[in-house]
Amino acid sequence: MTVTIDDITHIATLARLSLSPEEKVQYAQELSVVLDYIGMLDDVDTEGVEETCQVTGLQDIVREDVVVDSSEEERAALIAAFPDRVGALLKVKAVFDTDGDI
Amino acid sequence: MSLHKLTIAQAAQGLRDNTFSSVELTQSCLNRIEERNDVINAFLSVSSEYALERAAQADEQIAAGNHQPLMGIPYAVKDAICTKGIRSTGSAKILDNYIPPYQATVIDRIEQAGAVLVGKNNCDAFGHGASNENSMYGPVKNPHDETKVAGGSSGGSAAAVADHQVIFSIAEDTGGSIRFPASLCGIAGLRPSYGRNSRYGCMPMASSLDTVGPMAKSVEDIAFLMEVIAGKDPKDATTVSDVVPQYTKELATPVSGMKVGVPKEYFEVDAMDDEVKALVEEKIRSLTDLGIIIVPVSLPHTKYAIPVYYIVVPSEDSSNLARIDGIRYGVQTTEAFSLYDTYAFTRSAGFPEEVKRRIMIGTYALSAGYYDAYYRKAQKVRTRIMQDFTDVFSEVDALITPTSPFPAFGIGEKSDDVLAMYLADVFMAPAALAGIPGLSIPIGNTNAGLPVGMHIMGPRMGEGTVLRLGHHIEQHLV
Repeated sequence: MTVTIDDITHIATLARLSLSPEEKVQYAQELSVVLDYIGMLDDVDTEGVEETCQVTGLQDIVREDVVVDSSEEERAALIAAFPDRVGALLKVKAVFDTDGDI
Repeated sequence: MSLHKLTIAQAAQGLRDNTFSSVELTQSCLNRIEERNDVINAFLSVSSEYALERAAQADEQIAAGNHQPLMGIPYAVKDAICTKGIRSTGSAKILDNYIPPYQATVIDRIEQAGAVLVGKNNCDAFGHGASNENSMYGPVKNPHDETKVAGGSSGGSAAAVADHQVIFSIAEDTGGSIRFPASLCGIAGLRPSYGRNSRYGCMPMASSLDTVGPMAKSVEDIAFLMEVIAGKDPKDATTVSDVVPQYTKELATPVSGMKVGVPKEYFEVDAMDDEVKALVEEKIRSLTDLGIIIVPVSLPHTKYAIPVYYIVVPSEDSSNLARIDGIRYGVQTTEAFSLYDTYAFTRSAGFPEEVKRRIMIGTYALSAGYYDAYYRKAQKVRTRIMQDFTDVFSEVDALITPTSPFPAFGIGEKSDDVLAMYLADVFMAPAALAGIPGLSIPIGNTNAGLPVGMHIMGPRMGEGTVLRLGHHIEQHLV
């Protein structure tokens, strides 16, 4: 399994990671090695085997949708953690730019 | 008297008898941290003032006759577990300034039981690693040999306990992160059954595998801690409502007649160190002295655990870590002009190499066209691995293997070989995938003085059996 630099560029874009050219070469090599190793799973016969998504056997765990008060102190702590803000409002860069890209 | 060297049981006795105060005990740990942290690097934050305040409160409570199980006992928490008002970075620079406004349920329970939080432990960033070399705050050194790794990902938690900087610690285990460093540092560590302890407030890694568990100086202490932290939590829908047994009461029950399986696949690994193998085999032979029946067994899908693990974990990781983007909290880049660049620059600067590697592997495995070949296939093989355990636990009560194929290795020795590092989890990943408990206990040292751990696995919710067996081995055979 060979992972190309183009694959890495595409995956990094999906994952919101900015990689240097050196990092792209490194990850292309390392992902190829890891995926080759993982290829040994093809030796296991899984015909008719169910997938395991969880191990507890619990199903449909629900609770009442109840509003829980949070203190003024907690609210202040959350706001204080904002990297950028205007007053008590979180400030972010524009979601849509003029080229229509996200 | 070196108070910081005590176990929970010994410290609790001394506090009850008024031999010393919690302030004295806590100060003893703080002094030890002060003296050793520059060398070992087990702590990222030390909350001395808060700790001494809590210790003074505990002393008042003890004087008033309140003997809550952990009253006045100093402890530390892995930095990937949130503690209210105390910095929690997960050992990643993206959360360098993060002070959680809430905390994990397990920490709530420990605090309610009266324990005294002294600080936060270094770890591999977000729990990614087996050597603690993936921390953005430097590796943790092994207290038995400072040129060697402490193991990971909970390396700081293990080293802090082994080096007597704290009486016990609370950490996380996704694929071996409690058991592996416990083994390399020579202490006891339990990965509980998945669903036994709440994960609420812990930085998520692989949601179908993550567990929270105790690390301590004796199996009795582990049993004691499990009684405090285990049990259903409405804030974590994966916790089970099974009654929490009185683990400490079960410890003394004889193990005579217990059937212990020894899976041959765990002794046929290429990377296995001869000394480790010989020491574990010697202890297994001596189990008959306790009246234990040894049964050779087979878990045929063992070799597939690591490849399954390294699909399932990065996939779930890449999804979970999408939320760590520097928008609502954390360290955001000041160099970006667009929203996309804000995400991409912030994440690239704030995550270490291994975190990015896992996000890349996971995103690849889950991307269009590859999901069936990787994630779905891995989930099916996971079913096979679980079936191996179900089959074997119809014959035996517990399984015994080495925890790690080798003792602590040199810092930097494996860090350039991704696959070699991933293979460190070879004996621990199967239990993680099956959701069963695994306990590592120290059974001796190599000729070079490095600790060797024994791994005891039990069926789901079989913590009682695992702890009882571990306690008897610790008391009679070590």
